[in-house]
Parts: sequence; C-alpha cells; structure tokens
Amino acid sequence: MSDLGSNLDDLYREIILDHYRSPRNRGELESPPAIRVEGFNPLCGDEIVVYLDIEDGILKNIKMVGSGCSISQSSASLMSSAVKGKTLDQVRATIAMFKQLMTVQESTLAHDGEAPKVDLRALGELAALQGVIKFPVRIKCATLAWNALVEGLDGLD
Amino acid sequence: MTSFNAKRVRADIPQLNRVVFDHPITYLDTASTSLQPNAVIDAMSRYYQLRHANVHRAVYQTASEATAAYEGSREAVARFINAPGGAGEVVFTKNATESFNLLAKSWGAKNLSAGDVVLVSEMEHHANIVPWFQLREHTGIEVRFIPTTDDYRLDTSRLDELMQGVKLLSITGMSNVLGSINPVRELAAVAHRHGALIAVDGAQSVAHAPTDVVALDLDFLVFTGHKMLGPTGIGVFWTREEILDAMPPFLGGGGMIADVRLDGYTPADGPTRFEAGTPPIAEAVGLNAAVLYLEGLGMTNVVRHEHALAGDALTRLELEFHGRVRVIGPGDMTERGGVISLDVEGVHPHDVAQVLDQFGVCVRPGHHCAKPLMRRFGLAATVRASYGPYSNTKDTDVLIEALGHAVKMFG
Repeated sequence: MSDLGSNLDDLYREIILDHYRSPRNRGELESPPAIRVEGFNPLCGDEIVVYLDIEDGILKNIKMVGSGCSISQSSASLMSSAVKGKTLDQVRATIAMFKQLMTVQESTLAHDGEAPKVDLRALGELAALQGVIKFPVRIKCATLAWNALVEGLDGLD
Repeated sequence: MTSFNAKRVRADIPQLNRVVFDHPITYLDTASTSLQPNAVIDAMSRYYQLRHANVHRAVYQTASEATAAYEGSREAVARFINAPGGAGEVVFTKNATESFNLLAKSWGAKNLSAGDVVLVSEMEHHANIVPWFQLREHTGIEVRFIPTTDDYRLDTSRLDELMQGVKLLSITGMSNVLGSINPVRELAAVAHRHGALIAVDGAQSVAHAPTDVVALDLDFLVFTGHKMLGPTGIGVFWTREEILDAMPPFLGGGGMIADVRLDGYTPADGPTRFEAGTPPIAEAVGLNAAVLYLEGLGMTNVVRHEHALAGDALTRLELEFHGRVRVIGPGDMTERGGVISLDVEGVHPHDVAQVLDQFGVCVRPGHHCAKPLMRRFGLAATVRASYGPYSNTKDTDVLIEALGHAVKMFG
C-alpha cells in the first residue's frame, strides 16, 4: 500500500503542493480601482476572489483570496505568478495556452493518447497542472481562478 | 428466521469483487447509494428476460405477471415498514426526493396555508428543505428549523416553543452527514400533542434499522430503494390510508386516472392516483428482492453489525490520528449509525477523497446536500465514510491506512 500510484504523483506534483502550502499573491487590492471578480464552484464549495490592477495595458498586480482544494488553490497561485506584470496580450496568450492544456489533453486521452500538442516548456511551472487532465472531475477545480481572470478581462472590453 | 453472516453477505455482492487501481474495492459510500446483492440484480434480470410487460393495462399472461410482480412489491414494502393499511398505503415514486415533493405539493398545498408552520431540522437533506421553500413561495407558509447542538444532536431543548403553529414536523430519522439518529418516536408524540403530523425522512434510517410506522406512530414516511440494496429509480412514499385518500393527485397523465373526458378527468383511487405514467416496474421487482434479502438478514442484525463496525472505526480513528482527523458527528455510538463524516486537518475533502481513490476506497467528499448543516459547523465539505450490511473491519483498515497517506502527503 505504500505505492501511491503514478497517477496520483502526476496530480500532486511537488510544485502544486508547494503552491498549495505557500500560495503566492495572497491578499486583496482596494477595489475600485482594482477589478474584483468572484469564482465559485457550487458543487464542492471552492471559492476564489481575484483582484486585478491593470494600468496601460499591463496587469501590474494580482491578488487573490479564497478557499478550496489543493488543485483549485495551487492553480490560482500558479496563475498569479504566471500573469503578474505581463501585458494583457501576454496574459490572454497564457490563458489560451492553459485552456488548451486542459482541453487538448483530454481529447488526446480519449483518442489513445497521441502526443500532446501543447508546448509544455512555454507553460513553465503551469505545466505541473497537466496531471489534472487524468482526473476529469478535477478540471473544474483547476480552471476556477482562470475563469475568474477571464471574466475580469472580459469586463474591460 | 433470519441469518446474518457477514462473509456470506459480501459474497452476495458482485461489485465487491472489483479491483480499482490494483486494490480490491473498499466501498464506504453506502449513505450515498448501496451496492446490490445478486438476488436483486438477478430478480430484475429475470423480469426483463421473461415477464416484462406494462402494468395495469393488458390482459395477456405476461402483463398480468408483471402487474402481480409490481403490486407484490408494494405488499413487501408495506410488510417491511408494518404499514397498518397494507399495500394500499404505499406509493412508488422515483426516489425519496420525489416522495418529499409529493408530500409538499399534494398534501402540503392542500392542507397548509399562509402562516402555517412546517418544522424541519438544521440537519435535513436538501430534499426535506427545498420543497418546503417552494411551497412557501406559493402559499406563504413558514419553514422553521430545529437547531443542532454543538455535539451534533438535534437540539430539542426549545421544542415545545418551536412547535407553536406547526402543522407538520418533517424530520430525518438519521442524518446523512452526522450519523445522528433522531428520537422519532418521542418527536411523533410531541407533534401529535401539538395537533401536528409527523413526516420522517427514512432515506438513511430505513436501510439500517428496523422501521415500524405503527410503533413509531408516524404519519408519513419517505425513503428510497437504492440506499437499501435495491435499484435506483424507485422511491417510497407511505402515509395512513385516510390521509392518502384525501390527498389530491400529484403528477398528471396516464395510469393515475379513473376517467378522462373532454371536459376534465377523475383521478384513480389509492396509490395509483400518484403514479402517473408507466411506473418503474423492474425497479419495483428489484426493491421487492432487496426487501426479501434484508428480511432474510434481519434488520436487528444489520443494525448490530453496522453499529459494531462504526464504533470500532470511531475508536481507531481517534487512536490513529489523535484529533488530526476530526469526526463531524457524535463521537460515541449512542443513538448513532454507521455514517462517519471526517474533517482532516489542513487537507481539503476532495484531496482526501482523491488519495483514497488510489487505494480503491470509495468515500464521498462534499456538502452531502446538507448545506445549512455545513454552514452551522463552519465547513464547506467533509469526507464521509458510510457502512452497510456488507462492510467489514478490513474496510476500516484500508480507510485508516489511506487516510494516513493523505495526512502525510499534505502534512
């Protein structure tokens, strides 16, 4: 029974556990001027509030508060590290890549696991979340903060 | 004559032979849905192979066999709960939730009006809350809650006060989160003293202890097939004949009518008035087999078996984890069943359940459709392990070992 299984090791990578235990960019920003967006998963009760400080087309600062499972909270933390200080175009590109990671691999799994089409190197630390795809019920945990971020950016248009 | 042999019960359940991630399955989610013995699966299979036809309609041989099987199930259920008026008091629904909707939307809509109170408890499943809120929107009734004590019991200290204006006390026999067993007989006496009726949610209790509606002096009992070794898709609504006879129809359509004309319809008498459309016939056959199976085990034996397992689990969880794994429910086995909700310090229930899954352990993380209760104890979710007649101490061994891994992994 000591073997936790490679699937589980894939899901709970050390980076993920690290971001869960020591989440980055925790806290709140005064809103307004910061944009405040809530994400909520009614099924499991996970919640997240994302604050975005955007100036001159740059995401100058991002803070978050919330509670939930290791996947939702570490994904939020990893997201904040990946997008903080980036131009909105870069942020949108990162979101697109992450969403692709969460969907492309799901479809490749369904088709006998061809090679993933996502450039994992470009994802950096975010690639640690690829193991989530093997646990379809947890995908909504991983995308919780990202959907809130998307909602916040959509509000700009 | 009953005979309870735990090993034999396990051997009767084919799904217990499953291997998950190289581990034999450890099924601890009976409060969510039970596993089925071969007796149930075979009865349904035989029905579909040999006797399937619609009920209450055709005159050919298999049709009358199907009708006899369906109505025979009603008799078995009536016997199982000691319905004083027999099969004529047993209505088949889709599940316990639909039974509660039948209670609220038929009996409730007719008998309750603005200012009347339906008293439920804080530990109810959403199925015994939301239909009353829906009725409140239409009629202006008040929905009132009996609180829960800090040690996870029904707080009856102010019950007489809470009973003012109450027309119906609707309460769970056993909490699907805490495992607490409520004093239903005493509550029935209180309700009747105040001129109110009592409805009991037996979704958990009926499957795990003897239920006698006469001895408990109940007015309504609601439960479901799939938590008592039966199939999904069939639930039970029981009430005394004189109450049932006065209840207006619920869903409309075929099967529930005596006559339909161009200017209106006349509903059928008896339980069929509430069973519109083709009913769950194979499911009724399966439920009958489940009742026979449980009667064979003896419900007093079932409750003794599960009580011993849960008591052992509570002791060992404390010994092993010293409070690091907290039981959200009564800590001893007094008035308590085999539903054990856990809060693992610093580890989210979904993560606990995910680790447990890798050991083939089936538990339920979440709010268990009891969000008011979760809020009461400041929790978003718990991990719930629940026992059934087929459970054994090996299940607890694996649970504890897997929990140990979860604690270590996130510690």
